[in-house]
Amino acid sequence: MYTQALNEKDPNAGKDKAEDPVLEARFQARVDEEMRIEPNDWMPAAYRRTLQRQIAQHAHSEVIGMQPEGNWLTRSPSLKRKAILLAKIQDEAGHGLYLYSAAETLGISREEMESQLLSGKARYSSIFNYPTLNWADMGAIGWLVDGAAIMNQIPLCRCSYGPYARAMVRVCKEESFHQRQGYDIMMQMAKGTPEQKAMAQDALNRTWWPSIMMFGPHDSDSSHSEQSMAWKIKRFSNDDLRQRFINATVPQAEYLGLTIPDPDLKFNEETGNWESGPIDWDEFKRVLAGNGPCNHQRLSTRQKAVAEGEWVRDAAAAHAAKVAARAANKEEAA
Amino acid sequence: MNLKNTPLWEVFIRSKNGLSHVHAGSLHAVDADMALQNARDVYTRRAEGISLWVVPSNAIKASDPVDRGEFFEPTASKVYRHPTFYDIPDEVGHM
Repeated sequence: MYTQALNEKDPNAGKDKAEDPVLEARFQARVDEEMRIEPNDWMPAAYRRTLQRQIAQHAHSEVIGMQPEGNWLTRSPSLKRKAILLAKIQDEAGHGLYLYSAAETLGISREEMESQLLSGKARYSSIFNYPTLNWADMGAIGWLVDGAAIMNQIPLCRCSYGPYARAMVRVCKEESFHQRQGYDIMMQMAKGTPEQKAMAQDALNRTWWPSIMMFGPHDSDSSHSEQSMAWKIKRFSNDDLRQRFINATVPQAEYLGLTIPDPDLKFNEETGNWESGPIDWDEFKRVLAGNGPCNHQRLSTRQKAVAEGEWVRDAAAAHAAKVAARAANKEEAA
Repeated sequence: MNLKNTPLWEVFIRSKNGLSHVHAGSLHAVDADMALQNARDVYTRRAEGISLWVVPSNAIKASDPVDRGEFFEPTASKVYRHPTFYDIPDEVGHM
């Protein structure tokens, strides 16, 4: 999901110079004591790189995540829904900014991160490579995708890296509005006409599996999270968070009178958990590898937006330079 | 694509209750006016404040974490600066 980067192998692993064992031990002790690591503190090169990659991917996800919702902005069913959706999309842009800012404190520039996104080198959450085919998708995304995001992001508020943790505190507060407005759409549609209820069910059918895949591979297949756990970047395993999400969501679907599209879903009396059927990981890998329904569209839309906005950025820079020059002349004359 | 670097600014917000401006985050903008407008758009979407400051990030001089121990040592050793250092008998009442 938004922590997708933590499930991937670090491409530069093993290429670092050996770290100073004294500094490394002091660093780990600080992490173990739950003290925050701040931008100018010493940190292992691999910690810095892992966070740069993770936070940048998280930021890219927020930015690309505006597209599936933007699809319905001009076709919202009412002015109220349109205003709410616009506010939500603005939040996503804001979240992207908080995250880019946090990543920049690790010594990577905003422009470098953006270039990595535009060239396809950097990833974003694969959930946004699915299309939003009916209005109820706006409800299902808020309820499930943002709900899953909250599950994932609340532990990140205690991440060992201070700027990331602080950005997450802000994001989580705002994300709660996203989930509730999504559920509000689902409630209205599920209690509406049979056609509206069918749309809500259709949205749930398509969003359910991608949402629970957002938590990443099963713990047994996720070999790269151990270090992130030790560094307290990641606090809970993929399966733990996924289970919490499913347990929280099943009763919510029940309240709506909608059916979760998993015939094997069953309640385990002993553990108190709702156990899901097998997850189609081939599908997950296919989308991750760039072959989802919208991978190409998402990236090309972003590239187009940046290219077409170039003259605006140039004009702003030219204006700023002119104002600064005028002010300098005035000072000289005075 | 050629992405030009724009300057980084730090954003400080004063909330309605009249406390000091508090650091809220950072952003990129070509000049101070744009930084202020962007800060309004991004950091005060939910009535977070009634006053904003923007400061060029490179204008900030920060203390060095390597010297942290030495730099802040004088405050650690002067416990008598805290009111709790002094024992006032209960008979005296609240002080």
